[in-house]
Order: sequence, then structure tokens, then C-alpha cells
Amino acid sequence: MIIASLAFYLFSFIAVVSALNVIFQRNPVHSVLWLILTFFNAAGLFLLLGAEFLAMILVVVYVGAVAVLFLFVVMMLDINVAMIREGFMKYLPVGAFIGIVLLVELALVFGGWAMSPEAQALRLAPTPDLTQIPNTEALGRIMYTQYVYVFQAAGLVLLVAMIGSIVLTMRRRVGVRKQDISTQVNRRAEDTVEVVKAEVGKGIA
Amino acid sequence: MGSGLLHVGLGHYLTVSAMLFTLGIFGIFLNRKNLIVILMSIELMLLSVNINLVAFSSFLNDLAGQIFTMLVLTVAAAEAAIGLAIVVVFYRNRRSIEVEDINQMKG
Repeated sequence: MIIASLAFYLFSFIAVVSALNVIFQRNPVHSVLWLILTFFNAAGLFLLLGAEFLAMILVVVYVGAVAVLFLFVVMMLDINVAMIREGFMKYLPVGAFIGIVLLVELALVFGGWAMSPEAQALRLAPTPDLTQIPNTEALGRIMYTQYVYVFQAAGLVLLVAMIGSIVLTMRRRVGVRKQDISTQVNRRAEDTVEVVKAEVGKGIA
Repeated sequence: MGSGLLHVGLGHYLTVSAMLFTLGIFGIFLNRKNLIVILMSIELMLLSVNINLVAFSSFLNDLAGQIFTMLVLTVAAAEAAIGLAIVVVFYRNRRSIEVEDINQMKG
């Protein structure tokens, strides 16, 4: 119990500190690396909450895919690091003000919040006994039955995102010799080959 | 809600997620020169929402919250992909990813 509590404080402290570093780093590459640390610690928090599958998915999806995508883009774009901090102080007061207001609002909402007695009866998918069924299996059992349409919709979202990002970033560059299969296949002999009668002793000049 | 410092309750997790969310908002306001850091701040906010959902799911013993967390993860990945694609296209056209330069659609 004590170890779990200490682990919670460790994970949440590192998560908040690295989230601070994401914002305040000068170099965007460092920001991405701190973001990866935040995700790892959030995965630790998920483990403490008993959501093992989501913790692993968080590491695989965020660290393995999203953060690497961010790193690629950051390194691909030539960003002037020195210029990034310009105007930082200008927005600091209003940003801090809005942040503090939001934090106080959240504290007020959650501070006066209590679990309703009917909450237990209103559950959509009560967790089975996790000593009998592991978290992953329990999730899979409801995801492919009760929530199958939602699952398919998530797949559609990913498909649209994939098509969208390909369409956005694809471009036709002029002056590049690329293989065009349909042009090659549609080429006919009479368009390109010419039979010339060469005179004897003269050839074709 | 949580009683005592060593007994970690729902309130503790909600506090962490509130802090992460606030940091995400803060990052959006602070980094006006770099679109990519703004996208990262949005990822932080989505992560804090995920922590909220999983915490409620765990303390209420309701798996529906974890399903929704997976959906949020999916949407976050899609949003990052499309956002970064837009950033790449914008950089190709304007040689800059500053927020102040994004005014071509101004009427």
C-alpha cells in the first residue's frame, strides 16, 4: 500500500515536471523527449490504476508512434531555435492568469465533488473480478461485443487521418523523372518506332 | 475523496490530471512561435483527459471509461498525424511555422 502510494507520488511528480519541461524547453527536440518521459510516467499511473492494457497501449502508440512522428517533423523542419523565445514574456502574464483561473476552477469543481450513491447502479460495463480475468481480456470482451460500433468508428477515424495526411503532404514536383507505369503500358510501337528506308551508300543523315 | 497523504484516492489522480491540463493550456498560450510545441501541448491535454477517464473507471469499477480512453487515444493519434501534415505543408509554403504567420485565410 505504502509502496503503491510512493509510486503514485513518484510517477505524478515526474509527469508534472516533465510536462513543465515540454513547455519551457528552448529546443523542440528536447520538448519531444520530455513529452516521451511524461507519457512513460502516465503509463505508470495507468498501471497503478489497474489499467495494464491501456498502459502498454499508451507506451506503444504515444512513445512508439506519435512521439517519433513529432521527432521526425521537428528534425525535418529547419526551425530557428533562437527566434522561438521571442514574445515569450509577452504572453507569460496572460497565459499564467488563464492557467491559474483554470486550475482554481478545476479545484473548486473537484473539491466539492462527491460520488453519487446511485453511481454503482448506473455503470455501463462493470469490471469483472480482475483476479479471475485479466484487464486485457475483460476489455476485449466488451470492446468486441458491446462497443463494436465504436471500435469500428475508431478505425474509420484512423483511415480518414491516414488518407488526409497522405493527400495533404503529397505533391507533384516538376523536373523529377519518375516511373509512370500507365504511360509505359499505354505506349504503342507506332507512336515511337519509325521505319525509314535508308538509301544505299548514304544512310540516314 | 482522498484522506491522508499516503492513502491515494481518486482526488489525487484528478489533481495530477488537472495540473497536466493546465500545463497544456499554458503551453498553448506561451509558445506563439512554434506550432509543433502547441501540438505537443494538445497531446498533454488529451493525456490528462485520459488519466481522468482511467481514474474514474478504476474507482467506479466500470470498464466503459477505459474503452473511451482508447477512443481518445485513437483520436489523439489521428489529430497528431493530420496536424503535423498541415505543419509540413505550411512550412513548405511559408518557410516558417510561427503562429503569427498563419494569416492567409484572414478575410
